[in-house]
Amino acid sequence: MTLTEAQQLGYINAQAADGRINVELETDDGMVLNMGPQHPATHGTLRLVARLDGEQVTSADVMCGYMHRGYEKLCEVRSYPQVTTLVNRIDWLGSFANEVPFILAAEQLMEVEAPPRAMWIRTILFELSRIANVSLFIGDLALQLGAQTPAFYAFRDREFVLNQIESVTGGRFHPNFDRIGGLKDDLPKGWIAETKAAMVRLRGFCDEMEGLVYGNEIFQTRTRGVGIIPAHVAQSYGLSGANLRGSGVDWDLRRDANVGLAYDQLDWKVWTHPDGDSYSRCWVRLQEVREATKIVDQLCDGLPGGGIMAKVPRIIKVPEGEAYIATENPLGAMGYYVVSKGDTGPFRVKIRSASFNNISVASWLLRGVYVPDIITILASLYFILGDIDR
Amino acid sequence: MAEDTTTTNTTDHDGAAVASDDRREALLAVFSDHLGDAVVGSHLKPGQALWIRVATAAWAEAALVARDKAGLKWFDFLSAIDWLPSPYGRYEDSSVDVPFPPPMPERSAAVPGYAGGNSRIQVLASVAQAGTDLRVLLKADVPDDDPRVPTWVRAYSGAAWHEREAHEMFGIGFDGNVDLRHIYLPSEFEGHPLRKEFPLLARVVKPWPGIVDVEPMPGEDPEDPEDDAAVAEESEA
Repeated sequence: MTLTEAQQLGYINAQAADGRINVELETDDGMVLNMGPQHPATHGTLRLVARLDGEQVTSADVMCGYMHRGYEKLCEVRSYPQVTTLVNRIDWLGSFANEVPFILAAEQLMEVEAPPRAMWIRTILFELSRIANVSLFIGDLALQLGAQTPAFYAFRDREFVLNQIESVTGGRFHPNFDRIGGLKDDLPKGWIAETKAAMVRLRGFCDEMEGLVYGNEIFQTRTRGVGIIPAHVAQSYGLSGANLRGSGVDWDLRRDANVGLAYDQLDWKVWTHPDGDSYSRCWVRLQEVREATKIVDQLCDGLPGGGIMAKVPRIIKVPEGEAYIATENPLGAMGYYVVSKGDTGPFRVKIRSASFNNISVASWLLRGVYVPDIITILASLYFILGDIDR
Repeated sequence: MAEDTTTTNTTDHDGAAVASDDRREALLAVFSDHLGDAVVGSHLKPGQALWIRVATAAWAEAALVARDKAGLKWFDFLSAIDWLPSPYGRYEDSSVDVPFPPPMPERSAAVPGYAGGNSRIQVLASVAQAGTDLRVLLKADVPDDDPRVPTWVRAYSGAAWHEREAHEMFGIGFDGNVDLRHIYLPSEFEGHPLRKEFPLLARVVKPWPGIVDVEPMPGEDPEDPEDDAAVAEESEA
């Protein structure tokens, strides 16, 4: 094949970018395989146009935007308290975590600080979102490799976490619970004991999954040594979360750039894996669920008393300025760049979502792999479509 | 050297003033040393963040300096800001009061934020150092008449998608990025949605329910005794 990479891309673009290809197309020098937008391997409407030479991918083009909702534009016409309702829907499996960085950015601009109890409850809900999100990932991962059982276990055990989130916030998926200056409500009676029981349950789930999925020979063969991302590539693409730590980069915003959450007062560990392959990314996530259950236990034990709301005016007007806050969300680093002109709503919000960067590496990563490995690599990168398209 | 250099003094948790931030000042010095006069503005919030504005022509070089000299190897995001106030406001006026389309604001109404600037649209990017909380927010002016800046792809591979997004949302060209296809919008889509003159059609077609029955905002209603308390509380805070 003598085509340059740009020519190959151009060829695919011409035929595929406009959505005109929906069948496999054979040409003289290979075949174009179209996966999605509705494809089980993409859990959402992501489309992949892979150019194949036999069973090997010569180039892959990832197309997103099927779920673009224009949140950055919508934020400009909403008031600050209304924005949390929107951003809840970005990463819908860990939605409370989406609210936190935005609220923290607004608080930084207003120079308001939430009381300690609110900070701790925020951190608890943040970690519960992580557990709910990532435990489903583990089940889904096995599903993509053809194992049905772990998915049901994951749905079953995630329910214990969702129940806890629901009993505080009233919402299972879209809590909309965070407020500028604190939280909407305090914890209900008996919640701490129930949460600790749920954490024991979730630790059992992790042990079960470690044996059932991670120890499985087929799983190991299909993920070890597949889809390797070296550390410098991971950094250059801005991968974050387990995708970055799975490549051996020891960086966790919770530990290294903690703003306004209670992580600095706890004893916990950031897990990394030196291999950078699909297995290491999945393994780091499993350890993170375990670590999160320990964090929640410690937070429940040391929960300080006091109020849950700082003094803020009833009509929120944020002083003129710019702030950028990023936190370590279940999918990776998520940040909000908030520009205020002193109005009741933001002037501009740039939403930096983790999955957008995480999936942008796919074109590079899928080059040269075999077709069945596309599935495991995409699964191990772990993206949520709402988080890509925003 | 820098024409627009500002430092905001903030207070830490104990209320004591944090006057300096040596690590971020050192970062700024790295950029000034390698880019010289191309660093045209900066803004430092001690303990929080550092903004650096570079000349448009030095935009790509600034990325290489950030990666190779300042150790900021982790690419965070690249986007843009349109500083023109929206002619539609926040769609709180009904179509009876304001004609559609409303008159465009004066070009002079576009006032850039931290680190200054002279153009209506600025590119904004963030790069960070893994393992630390060090991060630099870089800005550059996008010329009004010729909205093009050099690409960052050579320094950070991840910038490719972000530039595609900024290209379709703001109409900025990135010299050297060969693949500026639309990423979210259909390829035949016209206009640049995140520019302020682009209307949010959902609000134009159907007015926001909040404006249908306008109640006085709390604090603006003199007859409500509860609101006086709110006003007092607000002034106290």
